[in-house]
This record gives sequence, structure tokens and C-alpha cells, in this order.
Amino acid sequence: MKWTRKDLVALSDLSAEEITLILDTAAEFKGVGQRRLKKVPSLRGKTLVNFFVEASTRTRTSFELAAVRLSADVVNIAANTSSLSKGESLKDTAKNLEALAADLIVLRHSAAGAPQFLAERLRAGVVNAGDGSHEHPTQGLLDVFTIRERLGRVGGVKVGIVGDIRFSRVARSNIQALTKLGAEVTLIGPPTLVPREFSRFGVRITHSLDEVLGELDVVNLLRIQHERQKAGYFPGTGEYASLFGLNAARAARLKPEALVMHPGPIHRGVELDGSVADGPHSVILDQVTNGLAVRMAVLYLCGSVPPKEEA
Amino acid sequence: MSRSLTIRGGRVIDPATGRDEVGDIFIADGKFAPAPAPGAAELDARGLVVCPGLIDMHVHLREPGQGAKETIATGTRAAAAGGFTSVVAMPNTNPVADHPGIIAWMEERAAEAGVVNVFPTGAITVGSAGEQLAPIGAMAAAGIVAVTDDGHCVQSHEVMRRAAEYAGMFGLPVLDHCQDASLAGAEAVMHEGFWSTSLGLPGWPRMAEEIIVARDAMLSEATGTKIHCQHLSSAGSVRLLREARARGIALSGEVCPHHIALTDEALRGYDTNAKMNPPLREESDIEALLGGIADGTVGILATDHAPHAVYEKEVEFAAAPFGIVGLETAVGIFCEILLHRRKVVDLPRLVAMLTVNPARLLALDRGTLAPGAPGDVTLLDPDRPWVVDKDKFASKGRNTPFHGWELRGRAVRTIVGGSTVWEVPA
Repeated sequence: MKWTRKDLVALSDLSAEEITLILDTAAEFKGVGQRRLKKVPSLRGKTLVNFFVEASTRTRTSFELAAVRLSADVVNIAANTSSLSKGESLKDTAKNLEALAADLIVLRHSAAGAPQFLAERLRAGVVNAGDGSHEHPTQGLLDVFTIRERLGRVGGVKVGIVGDIRFSRVARSNIQALTKLGAEVTLIGPPTLVPREFSRFGVRITHSLDEVLGELDVVNLLRIQHERQKAGYFPGTGEYASLFGLNAARAARLKPEALVMHPGPIHRGVELDGSVADGPHSVILDQVTNGLAVRMAVLYLCGSVPPKEEA
Repeated sequence: MSRSLTIRGGRVIDPATGRDEVGDIFIADGKFAPAPAPGAAELDARGLVVCPGLIDMHVHLREPGQGAKETIATGTRAAAAGGFTSVVAMPNTNPVADHPGIIAWMEERAAEAGVVNVFPTGAITVGSAGEQLAPIGAMAAAGIVAVTDDGHCVQSHEVMRRAAEYAGMFGLPVLDHCQDASLAGAEAVMHEGFWSTSLGLPGWPRMAEEIIVARDAMLSEATGTKIHCQHLSSAGSVRLLREARARGIALSGEVCPHHIALTDEALRGYDTNAKMNPPLREESDIEALLGGIADGTVGILATDHAPHAVYEKEVEFAAAPFGIVGLETAVGIFCEILLHRRKVVDLPRLVAMLTVNPARLLALDRGTLAPGAPGDVTLLDPDRPWVVDKDKFASKGRNTPFHGWELRGRAVRTIVGGSTVWEVPA
């Protein structure tokens, strides 16, 4: 298996073998983070631009640290400091970045499809750091990495993803990675947030967390946003928490070895009680640590592919 | 200038009179005549279909105000190159065509720069904002053939009811872009279904269109005014239209080429040339639209020609404008799908949906080869193979999802008032 993509736009594009290659590469890089000298020269001389058109702290920091550990030079550009705020088109802004010889562009954008749009038009590699409600590939990868590391396998593992599936790029990337690697995925939430179209992805849908809780090996809770309540997708966070929140009483019914995951930032008391987030099932901080290794792997693989001749 | 012509030996199809035979057509001084005019030029049409000049009742010419997308000069040349001798111009220009001054300006521009007939429509409401009625009477006097807020849909049922009552006073039909804004949502950019779910894009559900089709049936029934549902995209809309027409309601509908040629899967890859409003839907919707065409529920075909500049479409999907160009590909798509591939209608029915049917709805003195009518003729070769090349369009727009498509069926000559305005390149 050889990696041939200059871009990582969506896990829907990848084969199971490609996903496994990234996970295996990440496992090697994870060792680097545990050494005293946390740096390898893999991307020395390469320039990476963290182009975040939508606000983010943890993902941007994770990508930046990953690039630094690979010895790349890193520039951060945020939406409010870029020419986009002056009306320049995304294409023009990105072409300018490329003219400054950026080798990799990590893009976070509120518009679904923006990374693909750039990937098709630039010689530089484009890594999707989250595009609208479409995908967040490195989050999906770090989640399956964490499951594989903790449970020793992904195939056959029963994973429940709970919450705002409709608008969630994390859910879409998780569904892609998990189903390709053979996990059994159940989506859990109210019908307003879990549209039935998702069943065509080869997943099960249920509207009762209590019904399935005891059989799950992994519970991945998504952040519930107040805007959804205002838009009428559910009546209130109190009712949401009572139906779909993972509280201590529900956590007591989990399998002993079950994992509790959350992409962060956590909304304590809504989708997840504090005691569970900090409790024995939680692997939430592992996810953060593994995110760095996964992003090193992605940057290393995409950054090692020669650029397109003509874009 | 001689505008007399004799067209000999073609298959003459004139659905308005029921004529379908190999024969001759005579134009004298720009009008059809029962006999050849003295000294008229002769045109050999053997092997071709001779039909009334095609009418596209849904075109965005973009003037005034949006000349980077299209102008009356380029838009009417695109029409001619697609076999259309008449286009009905939508009023969502900048400024909106909501008063007689703009209508008069468009008519003057069309007379100066246009190569086919341009029939303007006027906005239903001021600025197409859906609130206050535009001066429909004054625009009727200036020559509009219908009112419409196309691009928007009047959301207030009360305003729409008054508009239908008021427009009916002038015999004007109301054309509606059927879309409930509360169900569609301001962010919707495609059909709500598997592909919108997969791409993470907010979608319009079918019911957003169907609820308004149902409303329009009720309003047409109550007011007696003709209401025409533009660019139908959903299966339920066809069913509602069929039921309304069976009850004798003056509700009509049109179908555009893209809605029978493509599904929402075309948006895979975020192709902004597949982004339109109403959106591309699913195979089951295509089947229903074809069924509506087959049984006559849908009597009119139109393009919704919506040119945009390249730079406007080359952006993030959510930021791209809706619509595609259609004038130069419509005949090819309709012949390919309706005649050849799906065999939904025969040639006379196809011609009727592009000539006499829109002419009757809009009370145009065209759409027929009958003596006395203006001498607009389209010569068609319904089997002619050709390949769509967007770089050869007469339109300024290059926004088409059909580039490179191999089609059968093309207009080969377009004649307006007895004068040839376009001929297919050899």
C-alpha cells in the first residue's frame, strides 16, 4: 500500500487500506511524542499554512504542533486577518498563498466542499480541518485510532454516535471511517437531528439511547449547540439531557470496558455529565493526544507526495 | 428589405392547426401567407422539420444591470442559436423590472440589439419583495405578457391572492416560482435527500415546492386567474397539478431540461454547475416529470436560462449563484431524452410544448404557421448528432453541466419574421 494523495479532503474518498495506512503511520509517530526530543525531520524545508476561515483553537493548535514536530515551517492565517474579509475570493487568496510557495494548506472553512474546491485548483496539498457539516477527516481518524488502540480492533466493534448528527462533520467522518473498517455504527438522537437518509450509509438509527446503551462498546457524544434549540430542532437542553445525555445513572449501565468519547469542547451537564467525562470509561484526553499523532501522519503522507505539475 | 421566403419540402408540423405533412410554407412581408410572395427567396427544407418558431417562456436576459452575466444582445443570440425565435424575459434584473419605465427600456434595447422577439414580464410585487403589488396595470399597458417574482416566491398567501385577482383584470397569467421559504430555509442549496446528507449541505425538501403548488391551485380556483408553476422539480408537484387540472382549475406547469436530465447525484464533487433553484432531485422525480409530460399534465417546456459569469460560479459551493444556461442545449436535451431515449412524446407533441402551448398561455400571436401570424420558423433536425461545447456558446454564460454531452436533435436554422437570424455552422 503506497500513499498517492496530495490532499486529504474526505474519508468518503479513502479505501479501508488507505485509512489503515494512516492509522499505522500515526502509531509510529505517536512514539515520537513520547520521546524527550519530540521532533523528526520528515517535513524539513516544507511550508505549511494553517488557513482557518472558521474559528478553532484545538484543531489549529493540534495541526500546528504536528507540523512543528515534523520540522515544517508553519504560518497561521485566521479569517479576520485574511484578505477574505476584504472581499477577495477563496480561490484568489489560496493562489496567493501558493505563490508564496506553501507546500501544504490546512483548511478549516464553514462552507462544505471548500477543501475539495481548493484541492482541485492548487498544486499544494490541501488537508481538510473541517468543512461545514461535511467532514472533519482527522477527527474521524483520531477517533478510530483511539478505538483501535484501546480495544485492539475496529471490525465488529459496536459504536453509538449520539446527538446532532445532521449538522455534524465529526459524525460524517466517523461514519465513513468506522463502516469502512467494519464497525457496527448506531446513530442516536431525535429524528430532527438524525435524518433517516443516514441509513443509506449502512448504519442503524435509533431514537432511544437507553435501548442500546448496554450493548455498545463505544459511546461517542457530540456537542449540542444552543443554536439548534433556537432553530427548533429540540425543545431545550434539559429535555435533551434527560433523553440523550450520558449521566452517571446511564454510565452505570455501560459495559465495563466500554469507551466514552467526545470530540470537544464538552458541554458538561448536557450531552455528558462531568463525572462521566472524568470517569473510568472516558478516553477524551487520549483522543486529544492521538489527534496529534494522526495529524502528523496525514501531513507526512500528503506532504511527501510530489505536487501536481499544473493546477 | 425583403422578408418574404418560401420553405419547400420539409415535414411541416403546426400543432396549432393539427398540420403534419411534407409540404411548403410561405412567408410574405414577414407574415405567413397562403401562397408564395412574388420574388420570394426559396429554401430547401427536405429532410428537416419545419415548425413554428420555438418559444422559451423562461429566460433570464440579465439586462438591465447584470451585463457581466448576459445582455439582451448576447441572450437573444443564444436563443437564436438554440432555435428559439421568442423569449420571455424574467424580471429579476437589477433594478427589478417592477415598473413600466424598465419594461419600456427593455423593449427598446430588444428592438436595437435583439435578434429574436423579447417579451418582458413584470414583477408581481415591488422589488419582488413579496409585499406591495407592483404597478401591474401600467406594466400591462407597456407590454408585459405575465407577472412573476421568479427567483422568489410570494410568501404571503394574501398578497398572492390579491395579485391573482388584480392581474386577472388585465388577462395576465401569474407565473410562480413555487417555494415555501420557511420549509426551504435561507441556507438551502440543493435537494434534501441522501446526497445533501452526504455532502453536508442544507437541502430543500420536496414539500417546500409542493405546498406552494397546492396553494396556487386553490388561489387559481378561487380567482379564476391562470397561475403557472415554473420549473417543476418534484413528483408531488406533478400529482397536485394533475389533480387540479382534472378539476378544471387554470393551473399549468413547465419542466426544464436539467430536471429531466440530471439527479442530485450530479452535485457529488460540489459542482456549482449543478447548483440550481429549484434543485435537481431524484430518479423518482424524473419519472414523475416524464409521466406528467406524457399525459399532458405538463404542457410547456422552458429552459430557465440563467447565465452567470465564470468567476461567480468558481467559488465555494454555498457562495455560488443558482442556475445554468439552457437556450443552446434545450432542443438537444429535449430531443435526446423525450424523443429518443425515453420516447415520452412524439415530435408534434414536443413541438406543441415549445410553441402553441406557451403562446396560448401568454396570449402571444405566435406559435403557429397559420397565415397572418408573424413568420417565425424553426428548422429542426431531430436526429442530428452533435456535442455540446460551452466555449462555442453565443451566450456569455459558460455555466452548464452538459459540456461534452453527445446529443441527438438540433435546430439548424432560426427564422424571425421571414429573416434567417441563425444557421447551424457547417
